[in-house]
Amino acid sequence: MIGDVFDFEKPIAEVETLIQELKSPQRREEALREGIDLSAKIAELEEELHRVMVRVYKNLSPWEKTQLARHKDRPYSLDYIRLIFDDFFELNGDRLAANDEAIVGGPAILESRPVMVIGQQKGRDIKERQRRNFGSAHAEGFRKALRLARMAERFHMPLITMVDTAGAAADLHAEELGVSEAIAHNLREFSLLKTPIIVTIIGEGGSGGALGLAIGDHVSMLEHSIYSVISPEGCAAILWHDKSRASDAAKSLCLTASNALSIGVIDNILPEPLGGAHRDPVTMAETIKTSLLSSLNKLDSLPSVDILIETRYQRLRRMGEYVERTPSEEDSNDG
Amino acid sequence: MVRSGWFSRKPNGNKSSTDIPAGIVTKCQRCNEILFVRDFERNSKVCTKCGFHHKLSAYERLEITVDEGSFQPLNEHIISRDPLNFIEYPAKLEKAQTNTKLTEAIVTGTAFIDNKPVVIGVSDFGYMGGSMGSVVGERISRAMEYGLAHRLPVILFTASGGARMQEGLLSLMQMAKTSASAGKLRNEGILYVCVLTDPTTGGVYASYACLGDVILAEPGAVVGFAGRRVGNQDTGVNLPDNFQTSEFQAEHGMVDRILQRKEIRPALALLLKLFDGGRHNDR
Ligand SMILES: [Zn+2]
Repeated sequence: MIGDVFDFEKPIAEVETLIQELKSPQRREEALREGIDLSAKIAELEEELHRVMVRVYKNLSPWEKTQLARHKDRPYSLDYIRLIFDDFFELNGDRLAANDEAIVGGPAILESRPVMVIGQQKGRDIKERQRRNFGSAHAEGFRKALRLARMAERFHMPLITMVDTAGAAADLHAEELGVSEAIAHNLREFSLLKTPIIVTIIGEGGSGGALGLAIGDHVSMLEHSIYSVISPEGCAAILWHDKSRASDAAKSLCLTASNALSIGVIDNILPEPLGGAHRDPVTMAETIKTSLLSSLNKLDSLPSVDILIETRYQRLRRMGEYVERTPSEEDSNDG
Repeated sequence: MVRSGWFSRKPNGNKSSTDIPAGIVTKCQRCNEILFVRDFERNSKVCTKCGFHHKLSAYERLEITVDEGSFQPLNEHIISRDPLNFIEYPAKLEKAQTNTKLTEAIVTGTAFIDNKPVVIGVSDFGYMGGSMGSVVGERISRAMEYGLAHRLPVILFTASGGARMQEGLLSLMQMAKTSASAGKLRNEGILYVCVLTDPTTGGVYASYACLGDVILAEPGAVVGFAGRRVGNQDTGVNLPDNFQTSEFQAEHGMVDRILQRKEIRPALALLLKLFDGGRHNDR
């Protein structure tokens, strides 16, 4: 664990360093020479490591989860696509203007069933990040997604989306091609799409850019992913004119998976391997796959596509918390 | 020519210069021209010198848009709570209610325009920046559903900074909810008209405001995804002068017509006529 270590990961990194040191060839030689058995000590430290990790990762603050959701090693859509599906065939372009690499997608096989999969894709290295605009899609990306969604509808394939973006692009080019219109269009059209849609928030669910791929019949979040109307930094800047208070803002925004579940925005939380998805992408992918298959099973049992769409509408319709005053409680405040 | 004391000031004196004093004269926010309040009001708060369109409250907008006395509010009994226990939210709501005399940041209801029935909603920027939380979203969806049930066209005037931060993810979901309701209108062949006024940005522009069958806008209104402040951080790129205005959006194909304030009511009346009352398959 050399390099980028978050504050909350430091106690873990310390124990890991100790273990690595004990396992180093020099120490082993030394121990052999002096007739000391290190294995007991190593086992003890490994137990300690597990204890520390459980303590740290089961008690992450909203801001720590935000950092984990943005972790540079966190698996991205294409990693999960590779691990979950067979025969993924990437399709490109919105057939209008361009190909936005911040969103990827194409048909693939889930178990034995053809599906359409679309995901937001951040980049691993600097070059890829630039190519994919750090996972922040322009209008072209959302329009490509809609093109693929329509194809899924026509060929009776369930649609599976993976959300992972800090937000949609907000630069001059984004405005010129109408990123707002593209997002709004997706919100409306996905709500009417005549095929099941399963959404998984795998990392960052940043604002309208996330929502543009997040309308569905079943929405899951990975345990340490986040979903928010605004970034903690943006919120802190508005509230306190101080981006460094992002940690306080993260708490206020209620952006964790358990927050989202409790207000009815998502349907379930997918547990991550201890220490986060990036420590064991294979296990994480298996968990996601199991969840996708079970959601799909449930959606298959709906009697008709009309019921599917009406259920999807009612799901969205329930979102929001407000008070409905009875007429007697109403004051004369009617303008 | 200008003397202190000649300007009327509100007693508390802490109002910003953007507020219109209830006196004899006022100042244009853009060109600083001194305007008689009487002329200014008569011109629906459009500067008589430079044509700048100042913001209107929801009821000021209704007054110049619908047939006199025809507006009947809907869903005023739906009011906000503080679902996330967000810092200072209840105080902000209370202040907004006191200042605007409104129950939330949008007024919705039924009315007539040139004797044609419509469902109409008008955002009020004075109420927490016209931001969309659960109640705004709910009132919009219910207005659209009222239009569906009674086969009435739906007209929405937007004036909003976007989704309301204080309700977190619930506000984000209002984008989805209102857009889905707009989808129902579209499926049922009911006319939906959006009129973008200053400002229309963020989550409101990226949802129901962009989904009208017809989209009209007032001149010079700030209209865009990120808001001009955010856009300006786009370093290294020369932003056009009209970046994130209604003119910019019209140039890029996002707006059908930019209309002067006084042209909007006649345009709506004409659209209702052209689209046969805005409800095909009329009963
Ligand atoms: Zn002026």
